[in-house]
Amino acid sequence: MSDESKSYKVLPIGGLIPKAGSSHDYNTGTWRSSRPVHNKDNCINCLFCWIYCPDSSVIVEDEKFSHFDYDHCKGCGICQFECPTKVKAITMESEDKYR
Amino acid sequence: MSKKIVAMTGNHAVANAMKQINPDVCAAYPITPSTEVMQVFASFAADGAVDTNLVTVESEHSAMSACIGAAAAGGRVMTATSSAGLALMWEMLYVASGTRLPIVMQVVNRALSAPINIHCDHSDSMGARDASWIQLYAENAQEAYDNIIQAVLISEEMDVRLPIMTCMDGFIISHSIEKMELLDDNEVKAFIGDYKPHFPMLDVENPVTYGPIALQNFYIEMKRQQVDAMESAKQVILDVGKKFGDSFGRHYGFFEEYMLEDAEVAFVVMSSAAGTVKAVVNELREKGHKVGLLKPRMFRPFPAEEMANALKHLKALVVMDRSDSFGSAGGPLFTEVRSALYGVENAPLAFGKVFGLGGRDLEVHHVEELFKELDKASKTGTIDKVTDYITVRV
Repeated sequence: MSDESKSYKVLPIGGLIPKAGSSHDYNTGTWRSSRPVHNKDNCINCLFCWIYCPDSSVIVEDEKFSHFDYDHCKGCGICQFECPTKVKAITMESEDKYR
Repeated sequence: MSKKIVAMTGNHAVANAMKQINPDVCAAYPITPSTEVMQVFASFAADGAVDTNLVTVESEHSAMSACIGAAAAGGRVMTATSSAGLALMWEMLYVASGTRLPIVMQVVNRALSAPINIHCDHSDSMGARDASWIQLYAENAQEAYDNIIQAVLISEEMDVRLPIMTCMDGFIISHSIEKMELLDDNEVKAFIGDYKPHFPMLDVENPVTYGPIALQNFYIEMKRQQVDAMESAKQVILDVGKKFGDSFGRHYGFFEEYMLEDAEVAFVVMSSAAGTVKAVVNELREKGHKVGLLKPRMFRPFPAEEMANALKHLKALVVMDRSDSFGSAGGPLFTEVRSALYGVENAPLAFGKVFGLGGRDLEVHHVEELFKELDKASKTGTIDKVTDYITVRV
């Protein structure tokens, strides 16, 4: 967040955030210990993952799974759980592999 | 200006000030001895004398929470409490100040349990001295009335934006009828002006987030801002006190100096006890003793430098605390005053006395005894005990 370099003298008082939609700028992806990985070959585009994702981190384009938003995905694994058993298009992988 | 002299209790005086201020929202829960403030104000609300949305809640924690919500929404907000009620607000006191909401609260000072006691001491508000609330203390009903009107302007000033508690002594002031002057409704209205909210939540065109988390990356910056706000409050309190005096004839500053200028020894004491001490100072002056009084009005922010300047010519002084900080180097006022004097050349000898806990009377003879100690200290250049109790059976 760019405000992190600013002096207390110029920051808004009282911890207020006087602009809308600022949570988009907050990278909660750093909290993740494991990440969902998508297998396009198995995916049937049922979009259950998109429906259930609590952080709106499944990005859909043209009614098809496009990608995960790893800046906001906290790695909860709900998408993997909801992905139909016969399909298994999403697997959780340790974040260590990506550091 | 039309002068209206009335006979009124401190609680009635404050309720009348609130009526004249006509806040948008009051959320309160009754507790002795502050109950009457909201009880009288509630009758004003029921009679349609105010436009206030009076929110009756289930506890003081909820009262302060509702005040915080209403203030964040963009309203002018007031409440009143005492003792355990203030203690139950504790968590929310810090939310109010940390969120920089200008809430005005009348605290009617009362002892904290246990043992349970409904009478006056300053344990309640002194315990809240680190909560980043401005604190003003009143000697009598007139000052309580004047303080709460000024409090509105002080806390709403853009450089300040801190909540403020105006304090008066439970029962001694809150329930005693005194002669005082009520201002004209329109004069009060003109004095406080219209409220200018700062980022109100109800301004849907300009959305704002209140109360986001601030961890290692922001929290300390928010606290440092509060230090600046307290510092700014000092000048604002002087300016508002002067404006009030110029408008209505009663000037207010950080503290009152009573026969202090040429004094050799002095008492430092707040609130109603200052009235008793003044009577003794008068009596001692008639006998030729050079004795005076400094009565702090503002405890937060604490005017350390100004107070040291006002006291530095003395040979000895006694600071009288109506509360204790158990196990500390003295009562809250004493430790502040003595700290303010540190590094002052030829600083006066200073000792502290805790008195009047749980409403124990401070009588004239107690103050006369204290003068003897002051006199001895100034003549011998030594003090027997840095801190002690008076008005206690030993």
